[in-house]
Amino acid sequence: MKRAPSHSYPGINLGEGHASAHKASEVVTFGFWVFLMSDLVYFGLMFAIYITMIDAQVGGPGPHELFDLKSIFAQTLILLTSSLTVGLAMLALKYNLPRARIVLWFGVTLVLGLSFLVLEIRDFINMAELGGMPQRSGFLSAYYGLVPLHGLHVAAGCIWLIVLGLQLRIMGMTDLVISRVVRLALFWHFLDLIWIGIITIVYFGGLAYG
Amino acid sequence: MTSTDTGFLGRLNWDAFPVTGLIQNPSANEIVANAAAAIVVVGVVAVVGILTWFRLWGPLWRDWLTSADHKKIGIMYIVFAIVMLARGVLEGVVMRAQQAAGPGDGFLEPDHFAELFSTHGTIMIFFVAVPFVFGVANYLVPLMIGARDVAFPVMNQIGLGLTVSSGMMLMVSLVVGEFSTGGWTAYPPYTGAAFNPGVGPDYWIWAIVVSGIGTTLTGINFAVTIYKLRAPGMKFMRLPMYCWTIICSSILIVFAMPPLGVAALLLAADRYLDFHFFTNDLGGNMMNYANLFWLFGHPEVYLLVLPAYGIYSEVFATFSAKRLYGYNSLVIATMSIAIMSFTVWLHHFFTMGQSALINAVFGIATMLIAIPTGVKVYDWMATLWRGRIRFTVPMLYGLAFLMLFVVGGLSGVILANPTVDYQVHNTLFLVAHFHNVLLPGVLFGLLAAYNYWFPKAFGFRLNEFWGRVSVFCWTVGFLLTFMPLYFVGLMGMPRRSFSWEDPSFHPYMITAVIGALVITCGLFSILIQLWVSIRDRDQTRSPVGDPWDARTLEWSIPSPPPPYNFAIIPKVTDRDDFAAAKERGAAYPTPDAYEDIEMPRNTGIGFVLCVSSGIWMFALVWWIWWLAALMTVLMILAFIIWSFDTSTEVIIPAEEVRKDHEAWLALVRSAPPVDRDHESAPENLGLARPDMEVVS
Repeated sequence: MKRAPSHSYPGINLGEGHASAHKASEVVTFGFWVFLMSDLVYFGLMFAIYITMIDAQVGGPGPHELFDLKSIFAQTLILLTSSLTVGLAMLALKYNLPRARIVLWFGVTLVLGLSFLVLEIRDFINMAELGGMPQRSGFLSAYYGLVPLHGLHVAAGCIWLIVLGLQLRIMGMTDLVISRVVRLALFWHFLDLIWIGIITIVYFGGLAYG
Repeated sequence: MTSTDTGFLGRLNWDAFPVTGLIQNPSANEIVANAAAAIVVVGVVAVVGILTWFRLWGPLWRDWLTSADHKKIGIMYIVFAIVMLARGVLEGVVMRAQQAAGPGDGFLEPDHFAELFSTHGTIMIFFVAVPFVFGVANYLVPLMIGARDVAFPVMNQIGLGLTVSSGMMLMVSLVVGEFSTGGWTAYPPYTGAAFNPGVGPDYWIWAIVVSGIGTTLTGINFAVTIYKLRAPGMKFMRLPMYCWTIICSSILIVFAMPPLGVAALLLAADRYLDFHFFTNDLGGNMMNYANLFWLFGHPEVYLLVLPAYGIYSEVFATFSAKRLYGYNSLVIATMSIAIMSFTVWLHHFFTMGQSALINAVFGIATMLIAIPTGVKVYDWMATLWRGRIRFTVPMLYGLAFLMLFVVGGLSGVILANPTVDYQVHNTLFLVAHFHNVLLPGVLFGLLAAYNYWFPKAFGFRLNEFWGRVSVFCWTVGFLLTFMPLYFVGLMGMPRRSFSWEDPSFHPYMITAVIGALVITCGLFSILIQLWVSIRDRDQTRSPVGDPWDARTLEWSIPSPPPPYNFAIIPKVTDRDDFAAAKERGAAYPTPDAYEDIEMPRNTGIGFVLCVSSGIWMFALVWWIWWLAALMTVLMILAFIIWSFDTSTEVIIPAEEVRKDHEAWLALVRSAPPVDRDHESAPENLGLARPDMEVVS
């Protein structure tokens, strides 16, 4: 291995101070990238389904009646900020700041993630009141197949944040926990990326073509 | 009854059990259904009885069910696949008997026949081919790349657990309720709630979703294992050909399993929650399902056949005592096939209404795949050319493959032409084609692997005579069963027909059922071979580990290998490193020093997820909501609790490694070298004397 071990996988790598954790992270982080690729195909297909079904409104409510852009804007801000805070947790890890700093940023991220979910669920309830239920049309089925799938990922990410926050306190900064922090950060950025696709294709695309 | 107003046991009641049907309406149809259910019940009782009688529960739990050793997981995959293979073959025989009983309606009810072809297809693809392929891969890949385990041993165990629990759903469907009648592809709207409100399609959906997750985990695992855990010096272009095919298969899994998961889950949303993805009304679009399914389905056939190509590559090289011919071209061809397999899915539905231009594009793309496949066939023939060929069982399977697979490939090129496809689609011609590629292609490869690597796994060789009988039965049985189907297909007989009238089909149907019986003999001869081999194992022991004068790293270690595989991680300097070492006289080196080895500790998480996912699927199929919710929580909690476990490794002390390794090295020094003429003689303890100049 002539290449410096500083970049053994894409994304933020751990620094010099984490020799053993860095080595242990190499295989699992690469594996997690592969998993994300596979998960991305799920989302890609759901986007494709949504695009093919944008016209299948069969007289039911469409994007113009249902989508609340103000709420979407708020959700976007919250989720993008949470990506920043999870990135700050990652930097705290990389530069060996105190463990409490990582837990703090995790806490902020968790609050933001939960607020995002609250707003999203409020949107679903509002849509249901306007007759926008998935049983109404193919278009709404496709919408509810995709957006809550992302929401489910955010919920899973929140559970992961809680569990890993506990593990940081109980198990301390072991190699295993450090590599899990790296993977959680990747997962959270991935959720953000999907959300960018959702606002572009589901919301803006829906309003433009639906 | 709707899904929201159900009782404690959901929609489960006495009518779900086949014996109720037998009492109410005794007929041949019911007798066959009850016999099948009885076989499952008797099988379970027998296994439980044997385990209890011989007090094997403890060893089973300690040595197998909780093991994270890739070798044991591989063996469990293969045992599972062979059990499912037996059911799949028997179903095939019943279907051929039904059609041979014509003209007219035969002895089965139409729905029963439909269940048979649905379970036969689902089982053979998802619960025979996939677990067999990945069982072999599990066993071999770490050994071939010089690693001590796969990248994620526990994830590997979970993958096995999920595959087995979903396979069990197909077994349960024989006893409780019924399976889908919608074929292995389960096209809606026929499988939607409007036409098929029963439990059948739900069994299919959850078995597919859960086993698909298991397979995805396995694919990720093997991609990472081969990318990251190769021994020092094992560059990509020094990888055994088999490992190349597993990389390609893993890539195919990572990208091709999601479409299947999406298709099945959206179908579930339609059935359970009244969504409209694929329904006829309210904007549903069935074509989305066809595209999703085959976006998975076509890469799937390559992810099955590429590892078989890899197996043949190893078998031909070893039993010709030659380096594999055209390694680089084989690597390129394998990668090309993997990538092109994503560009042809539409040829599965040429007749479903897209434009002629689109059909032409996909038809040509399909024909192009014949080019890299042709390259491979010529490379294998060139490997045989002037080799020191021994007609052992794996070699015979390989030769049968070379001849028969080309026929299947050519009939595929015929079908790739949309104009021809319009004539023969949905006929038995198609059935003949895909059996022609899957049997000689995939299954013969897996059986060759079973015969070839068995002595590695268990330390003794399989019986040659019964192996040859099985090759003969499978080959002849295949020809008798499926060649006639090409003809009746061209004569216009639709696939999946439980009844037919044209008397000119009759002789072909009779031939086909005879062939099916010969295949059954092939299945039994494999079991007899196993029994005879275990009985006579003292005559065929090869503990040194290299009975075939083989070429790759897995043969350079003891048979069976120690849990840690390699006492010392090898330093690879050549392709076919072990063959090169033998040629230099440098095989079996004595290491200077030993070190402690870290191995994954046993864990019950895979078993817990296996059982709970099984109950979860059953609860969903029968609308037992409280149980499904309970199992969901249980699975998440089990996973979280497992994640707090920090003692995941055990240390094997260097002293123990040294003792075992030196005992084996002493055996190597004392064993008689055996040349190729005496390969099957009792004195072959697994130390090869190369008796031919190595031609490269």
